[in-house]
Amino acid sequence: MSRIVVLDYGSGNLRSAERALQRVGADVTVTADRHAALEADGLVVPGVGAYAACMAGLRAVDGHRIIERRLAGGRPVLGICVGMQVLFELGVEWGERTEGCGQWPGTVEKLKADVLPHMGWNTLRVPTGSTLFAGLDADTRFYFVHSFGVRHWTLEESEVLRPPLVTWAHHGEDFVAAVENGALAATQFHPEKSGDAGAAVLRNWLRDVVG
Amino acid sequence: MAVAVRVIPCLDVDAGRVVKGVNFTDLRDAGDPVEMARVYDAEGADELTFLDVTASSSGRDTMLDVVRRTADQVFIPLTVGGGIRTTDDIDALLRAGADKTGINTAAIARPELLAEASRRFGSQCIVLSVDARKVPEGGEPTPSGWEVTTHGGRRGTGIDAVEWAARGQELGAGEILLNSMDADGTQAGFDLEMITAVRAVVDIPVIASGGAGTVEHFPPAVRAGADAVLAASVFHFGLIRIGEVKAVLRDARLEVR
Repeated sequence: MSRIVVLDYGSGNLRSAERALQRVGADVTVTADRHAALEADGLVVPGVGAYAACMAGLRAVDGHRIIERRLAGGRPVLGICVGMQVLFELGVEWGERTEGCGQWPGTVEKLKADVLPHMGWNTLRVPTGSTLFAGLDADTRFYFVHSFGVRHWTLEESEVLRPPLVTWAHHGEDFVAAVENGALAATQFHPEKSGDAGAAVLRNWLRDVVG
Repeated sequence: MAVAVRVIPCLDVDAGRVVKGVNFTDLRDAGDPVEMARVYDAEGADELTFLDVTASSSGRDTMLDVVRRTADQVFIPLTVGGGIRTTDDIDALLRAGADKTGINTAAIARPELLAEASRRFGSQCIVLSVDARKVPEGGEPTPSGWEVTTHGGRRGTGIDAVEWAARGQELGAGEILLNSMDADGTQAGFDLEMITAVRAVVDIPVIASGGAGTVEHFPPAVRAGADAVLAASVFHFGLIRIGEVKAVLRDARLEVR
């Protein structure tokens, strides 16, 4: 059974993430303990609320370095919602600029849409070869709740590195809904709140990424 | 494709038990909110709302336990409203497994609560619940003609309901639950005029509530500007099933899950 740590850095409802992972067969611990987070088979970085507050919370438990260390060793990390956003270079909310973990280039900024937050169930545009969304129908919907997002994917192309798989969604405009990049994966939507569809994504992650 | 219209059943919970009559067969315990939550989840509900109508403080702990047990078994968003007074009340509910909290009377008494709560937890989990009605004859007129009420619609506040919704957004609410006290219980349809008026002044999601009687009532509420539709009795009494609402919305070329 895969040992998963849900990183507890003071952000919102962690119980749902814990339970949703248990539901698909993981052995889950919710903790901010550095050793446990480093040693786990998979690390889940949740996050709700403001970018600046999440980043401060993450730094307070040394989360950015834990992520870095794990990835250097090819150990799986899954960011969810603001836990995905903080993996990018920069967050801009209400004029406040916050440096993120910088695992991917790009800026998290306010979406241009008539109604925000983007709250509810939306479809995805999944690239071929996706592991997270394997076996799911094209019109499967996932639960989102956010006002900010990554509107442009700016990672330079490489001849030798395998490019990350980027999944898009649309609310007013296109934004990044998920990224699959080797050991590092992330979703803007909440798989733990997306019913059976979300369970399928978590199951895929456990089986084919965490292994 | 766009974000789907959410169909949300609301359960009134008193001391851990579902209050309004329930008409589901095949249920071991139709008075158990957790069991009901599972049924609605299986029927395709997009979210669930629990309204805590418990008066006693011991009942509050019971509610936390209900939320905990629901979050353990149901993996769709859960909003809990009723009796929330402080940011610590919100914290306890979020920790128990609620995703959003509905604030009503406490925000009328002290609007800053919305600002404090949204700063601490994020706007996305703060729903401003507005119980509104037409100002009755002899009442103090408001600019929009609607006023906010308390005590289940029995007491007027003289606060303009449309202005209050806009103020709520400014203070940090992430969503408006707009409940028409005039339409509530009539099963004669949503208050479309009021939905349109509130939609015009906020750009956060609006949940329309009050008045649903037949499936045909739902598409007009969405066309009037609602992002989500909420009902209680018609679902509990089995008069309308979640799937039927979605079918009618789909026929009206609205997106549903």
